[in-house]
Amino acid sequence: MSWEVVIGLEIHAQLTTNTKIFSGSSIAYGAEPNTQACPIDVGMPGMLPVLNEAVIGKSIMLGLALNAEIGRKSVFDRKNYFYPDLPKGYQTSQFNYPIVGKGTLEIEVDGVKKTIGVTRAHLEEDAGKSIHGAVPGQTGIDLNRAGTPLLEIVSDPDLSSAKEAVAYARKMHELVQYLGICDGNMQEGSFRVDSNVSVRRPGEPLGTRAELKNINSFRFIEKAIEFEIERQIELLESGGQVVQETRLYDSENDVTRSMRTKEEANDYRYFPCPDLLPVVITEEAIEAISAAMPELPDAKRARYVADFGLSDYDAGVLTGSRDMAEFFESVVEKTGAKDIKLCANWMITGFSGALNKDGLSVKDAPITTDMMAGMLNRIIDNTISGKIAKQVFDAMWNGEGTADEIIENKGLKQITDSGAIEALVDEVLANNPSQVEAYKGGQEKMLGYFVGQIMKASGGQANPGQVNQILKAKLSD
Amino acid sequence: MHNLTIKQMSEKLHAGEITSVQLTQHYLDRISKYDAELNAYVTVTPELAIAMAEEADKKLASGDADLLTGIPVAHKDIFCTDGVKTSCSSKMLDNFIAPYDAHVVSQLKKVGMPILGKTNMDEFAMGSSSESSYYGPTKNPWDLKAVPGGSSGGAAAVIAAGLAPMATGTDTGGSIRQPASFCGITGIKPTYGSVSRFGIVAYASSFDQAGPMTRSAEDSAWMLNAMAGFDERDSTSLQREAVDYAADLGQSLKGLKVGVPAEYFGEGLDADVEAVIRNAIAEVEKLGAEVVEVHLPNKDLAVPSYYVLAPAEASSNLSRFDGVRFGYRCENPKDLEDLYKRSRSEGFGAEVKRRIMVGAYALSAGYYDAYYLKAQKLRRMVRDDFTKAFESCDVIMGPVAPTPAFNIGEKTDDPTSMYLADLYTIPVNLAGLPGISVPAGFVNDRPVGLHIVGPYFSETKLLNIAHQYQQVTDWHTRMPAQYQ
Amino acid sequence: MSLGKTEVEYISRLAAIAVEENEVDQVAAKLSNILDLFKQMEAADTEGVEPMAHPLDQVQRLRADVVTEVDQHEKLQAIAPSAENGLYLVPQVIE
Repeated sequence: MSWEVVIGLEIHAQLTTNTKIFSGSSIAYGAEPNTQACPIDVGMPGMLPVLNEAVIGKSIMLGLALNAEIGRKSVFDRKNYFYPDLPKGYQTSQFNYPIVGKGTLEIEVDGVKKTIGVTRAHLEEDAGKSIHGAVPGQTGIDLNRAGTPLLEIVSDPDLSSAKEAVAYARKMHELVQYLGICDGNMQEGSFRVDSNVSVRRPGEPLGTRAELKNINSFRFIEKAIEFEIERQIELLESGGQVVQETRLYDSENDVTRSMRTKEEANDYRYFPCPDLLPVVITEEAIEAISAAMPELPDAKRARYVADFGLSDYDAGVLTGSRDMAEFFESVVEKTGAKDIKLCANWMITGFSGALNKDGLSVKDAPITTDMMAGMLNRIIDNTISGKIAKQVFDAMWNGEGTADEIIENKGLKQITDSGAIEALVDEVLANNPSQVEAYKGGQEKMLGYFVGQIMKASGGQANPGQVNQILKAKLSD
Repeated sequence: MHNLTIKQMSEKLHAGEITSVQLTQHYLDRISKYDAELNAYVTVTPELAIAMAEEADKKLASGDADLLTGIPVAHKDIFCTDGVKTSCSSKMLDNFIAPYDAHVVSQLKKVGMPILGKTNMDEFAMGSSSESSYYGPTKNPWDLKAVPGGSSGGAAAVIAAGLAPMATGTDTGGSIRQPASFCGITGIKPTYGSVSRFGIVAYASSFDQAGPMTRSAEDSAWMLNAMAGFDERDSTSLQREAVDYAADLGQSLKGLKVGVPAEYFGEGLDADVEAVIRNAIAEVEKLGAEVVEVHLPNKDLAVPSYYVLAPAEASSNLSRFDGVRFGYRCENPKDLEDLYKRSRSEGFGAEVKRRIMVGAYALSAGYYDAYYLKAQKLRRMVRDDFTKAFESCDVIMGPVAPTPAFNIGEKTDDPTSMYLADLYTIPVNLAGLPGISVPAGFVNDRPVGLHIVGPYFSETKLLNIAHQYQQVTDWHTRMPAQYQ
Repeated sequence: MSLGKTEVEYISRLAAIAVEENEVDQVAAKLSNILDLFKQMEAADTEGVEPMAHPLDQVQRLRADVVTEVDQHEKLQAIAPSAENGLYLVPQVIE
């Protein structure tokens, strides 16, 4: 009998604000310990929270993108437990009235589309960090991260394979970055995925789940879930029982391991935070945010295919990130949309390829949209050929200036003067009498040979169309 | 000098007849003389007080002075004071020196009010007698065998004994009004949200409200002007136009409708206290007010509701005292759990621990609906009782407490009997309404206060009623013989 | 209502407050008295009453997303029971 896999994901997306959710401390990454922990973050006596306005708009954006209900009146609660990285002895979170309610996200796995339910998304504050080993026999507490705004996005248990889980996580990762509400940096912990995995026989109630935490790459998330599914099935088939627990993934050995901490049943004693009042979100506020929403990736892809005539694949690559899509659209605009396919090809093979090679993101690219469009415009107006363009592109990438400057400095301008081309043709034909003979004897493939020789003699700068035309005329004389 | 009203002090300071340094020194001398027996101060800050008084004198001399400039003040030891210990009368914070000022403290500093010191209180404001202080009980200046009330017992005692002209207090379930009643002084708890809670060590956040404790209603009005106002650092601070709380002093009470709730004069109220209150109401009637009967049918539900909700909030508010970042840490903790449990059980006193445990229990799985949620519903019912009552009256009058000050030690073994004594003050905190205690007489030589409660934002009215009453009575000017 | 040893131990854990073996009975008795007070709420008819979390029907005010705090860890850690290298220290936590 087969097994059915049930996975639900809890994603913590750190919101791209300047300050913490309840204080005016910076959330910049990498500061010295406790230098970004003010008395409010440290939970000092008499300190009070005041909500950061930026987190509200960002949460609503996600809610709109997921077609979710927006909590018109959302409430902050306290989740009570003791831990050294939790300075107040409670985490301020949302329990009964989250800011984002039920929504959906569509994923695609192996060409099959599936709609995944999003249970909710709620705002909460992050905890600090425990540092072991810095002082022997002691644990050090750094509260810089305490109070960093998080949006916890909880999926329904609709995912039925590791692939689906990762497709959902990737899609959410892409979405939050498109919306500009999270930088998506998994290494720095800005986007954290916790997976709840269980298996059951079809038709049976849900099995006991294990939670996989702290995995900071999609590849490892997929492997960890796969391992966990196998582990649970083997365990159940050999008569064992799955224990509800948190498990960590060991990427070196590709296994998950129990955290082995004494797991007492938690009793968090949630209750509404008396220091904070209900957040009321008006229809006007939602409309204003809705009007300012960026185009979402799915809509963008569909538009690229329909309006630009691009393939699904090309549209997918160009919308891979909001920065990439914006770069592309800017280049299309600056080339007057005269040859969108040309722009797309150069973005994918030239631009994207160079980024990958150097391990750069779009934002760090050494060329601007003006430079890229400047080069494409020279292809479109026949100043350079596609082949020369590669040389120009590489030079631009190496910081040698704009396309026009490079063409000028390196003398790469295409030769379109028919007199000059005629001279080149004559010279090549004169130097290759036997090949001319062969051509005239019916070996028409010799034509390519001549073109190659002429282009070579021109340093690649002769206009290929004109070369062909003049060559054929001379040979048929 | 300590018999002057605040108005008189202010006039003398502005006229240059006295200096702030002289006035401040006068109080410091009295503190040295009398506080050993009263134990009303946890910390006295003579050097700070004189330095601030010198600054105040400069302000007065330059003409850049406020009405209260140069008049010294004592802060309840729950208000954080930058550089001065803020203990909340707890071993937990015996070593705690806040690196910031509470909003109220900074407001009064700005005005130029020298700080005499920090007053004793029930530990973390949990109590009605000031007996739970780590530093020992404060004594009632009217009778050293009696408690001064609580939790702002130290504040009430320093006003009653003339060891400060003005004092700050906080009121979560009656902690300004009840000690004011027990010590024969005037104390007002404003509408919730009027005075910023920033820098006040939290007991129960949705109840805590700071207010002035002074001799007269006029003094309180002046002081409230300096304390109240919007503060962006407190999410529950009300964003309203500035109010002059002294504006209505002088209004006639003709036509004022005084609601007297039948429920507040029932079983449990000391007969002599009832007589004092009835006399006071009759006095107000003579000033032109009209008495109407009103009903507060859910009054008996207020005490249990409060003793669920306040400890529930407290259990969470006091979780930050864990021995990690400030305050008391136990010796040689063997592991994390030991650090938490021992620091907290050694650092907190019995009543605080009791309330934390009760509060945690009321929120725990399986009891949340029956206790916490139920109590929140009752809270609304109690509030709605007031809303309804105010449809037929302008203010409500009754006793502050069922008895005058009880003896030290009398109730310490029976916490619930102490809780039940808060039955008249607690409903006001549940609703978030303003309430004032006004000296109205004596029972067995111990003072008794009249309780006046009004609708939201009726402080000016309450203060004027008290002021008019104080124009025709002298209870508020009396002082215990040995401190005159 | 009367609390037993198990409940007192559970509450002690939730509250992170040690209750010594010899205090359990006394603590249980006092807490039980308070719970008896709570029992008075049972009879009240609260059907259809909305729970009230705040005394005033106000809504949350929002703060501009601007950095207003500066580093003051030295000042804050001067009053910490144990701090070193900018870190607050606690007995080693095994994770």
